[in-house]
Amino acid sequence: MRQHSAFKVVGLHLAVIVLFFLAQFVLPEYHHLAVTRVMILAIFALGYNLLFGYTGLLSLGHALFFAAGLYGAGLTAFHLGWSVPAAFAAGVGAGFFASLVIGVVALRTSGVAFMIVTMMFSQVAYLASLYFTTYTRGEEGLVMPEAARHFDLFGVTFSLTDPSLRYNIALLLLAVTLIVILIVVRGPMGRVLIAIRENEPRTLMLGYNTFLIKLKAFVISGTISSVAGAAYALLFAYVGSSFASIQYSIEALLFTLLGGAGTVLGPILGTFAMFYLIDIVSGFTVAYLLVTGIALIALVLFFPKGILGTIRERWMTWLP
Amino acid sequence: MAAVTLLHTKGLSRRFGGLKAVQNVDFDLKQGEIRALIGPNGAGKTTFVSLLSGRIVPSEGQVFFEGEEVTGDPAWRRVRKGIAYTFQITSVYAKLTAYENVALAAQSALSRSGAVRKKDLDRAVAEAIEKVGLSDRARMKAGELSYGHQRLLEVAMGLALRPKLLMLDEPTQGLSDAEIDNFCNLVRDIARTATILLIEHNMPVVMQLADSITVLNAGEILANGTPAEIRANPAVQAAYLGS
Ligand SMILES: Nc1ncnc2c1ncn2[C@@H]1O[C@H](COP(=O)(O)OP(=O)(O)O)[C@@H](O)[C@H]1O
Ligand SMILES: [Mg+2]
Repeated sequence: MRQHSAFKVVGLHLAVIVLFFLAQFVLPEYHHLAVTRVMILAIFALGYNLLFGYTGLLSLGHALFFAAGLYGAGLTAFHLGWSVPAAFAAGVGAGFFASLVIGVVALRTSGVAFMIVTMMFSQVAYLASLYFTTYTRGEEGLVMPEAARHFDLFGVTFSLTDPSLRYNIALLLLAVTLIVILIVVRGPMGRVLIAIRENEPRTLMLGYNTFLIKLKAFVISGTISSVAGAAYALLFAYVGSSFASIQYSIEALLFTLLGGAGTVLGPILGTFAMFYLIDIVSGFTVAYLLVTGIALIALVLFFPKGILGTIRERWMTWLP
Repeated sequence: MAAVTLLHTKGLSRRFGGLKAVQNVDFDLKQGEIRALIGPNGAGKTTFVSLLSGRIVPSEGQVFFEGEEVTGDPAWRRVRKGIAYTFQITSVYAKLTAYENVALAAQSALSRSGAVRKKDLDRAVAEAIEKVGLSDRARMKAGELSYGHQRLLEVAMGLALRPKLLMLDEPTQGLSDAEIDNFCNLVRDIARTATILLIEHNMPVVMQLADSITVLNAGEILANGTPAEIRANPAVQAAYLGS
């Protein structure tokens, strides 16, 4: 029976990736670009969900890790002329170190204090991106130079101005992230993360160093968020302060809640649905932030398990 | 067979504000025995075992396990060294299945000796669940089990940790007579591989299971001895039994 469910799980996730792959051949230009963005933002939400959905730690500062990737990649490409792969690595490295250092500090707290501490760190990063405007040009931001629009790998030149290449890079990163999340969540570590979420003192008394395990989850989560940030900077050639603002932390939370916190595919579904909801609404009104706010309140009050969380509860209990 | 000391404490004390919950306790536990810890409500039994498990840090004193000081070790490390504790207030993962609850304990034990293989995990879980008689309920959510079964699940989790010392805090509280009989057999079975420290209010259970008894009163050790000695001890009768 368990073998059977493992087969279903792998099949379902493979199907999602194949669906995204095939979609590029039928999507009109506008939606082709939109889905590219959705996939990158979904990586951010997947990273967020590992910490919030599985470990039960509500961070209000994940924009910082997205921004660490964004600026790590963007600033090295813009000011130091680093190649695309090197800049990408710089962004992910920045996210890794930021999450390690902030994790060590923030995980000394829990609950509301944890929310406040993560939010404050993020606010400091946001303000720093405005303060060092000589390098970042603050809200106005930086547009990536021509040199950062293409790169050579294995003797082949890739051009990031090619929408199809961007789409498939985003898809590749999404697929890799999804695999990483699946391995973590379905493996021994995932079991302990869920145990920490459900009852941390008990988990400690089962012989688990919960601080260290939470730190691992924090670092994986932050680093995945920075993958999204670095990819965003390099694929869409723009780096700006607004990505470091609290609003982006909230969006990661919103995507996760909508799709279903603590489900593997939930964040992808949530990002997709929320992106298009905002897209449609902003055709009628400029107050799309209001929609975000209302959606958040409605979700928490009436639909706390999200789309996939509800589906799992009712029909598909085998869903990871 | 010379008795080997598994655990001992020196001058162990814990204050809560002005209240001395545990005072200057010197305590020895021999390997392989079943020791009962008894005493009136508020005597400091839960606090004392919490000091042993590392859930609470002592105000003064030391704890030694297998000859090595563990006073400074955090609770999780003591568990890994072989000191397991089952909670007085049932503390299972209500939303997870019985299988998952025990798997968490078994995984912890198996990970002490390298990577955990699914096959070994499944076997360890099945074994522990079988021992407490919950095999046919393994797929149920722990929160949906009856109270008695939740207590048994706690014991299965303790077992799956493969402890050298298992501390059971009032395990029969709230169980029916039939469940208590079943439980006594279980404890005897566990005692073949682990030393047991049993906090228990139910005197018949204590008298039939314990090799020796320690009586705690107002945070201090009042008496130590065999069940017969404790029964005959006038100070114990005055403080506790006779009432
Ligand atoms: N965390 C705590 N804070 C304050 N007082 C406590 C705490 N835990 C226990 N006590 C007090 O310490 C005394 C011993 O409690 P406890 O160890 O639970 O006794 P027992 O398990 O023998 O019934 C009681 O008077 C209790 O009220
Ligand atoms: Mg007690």
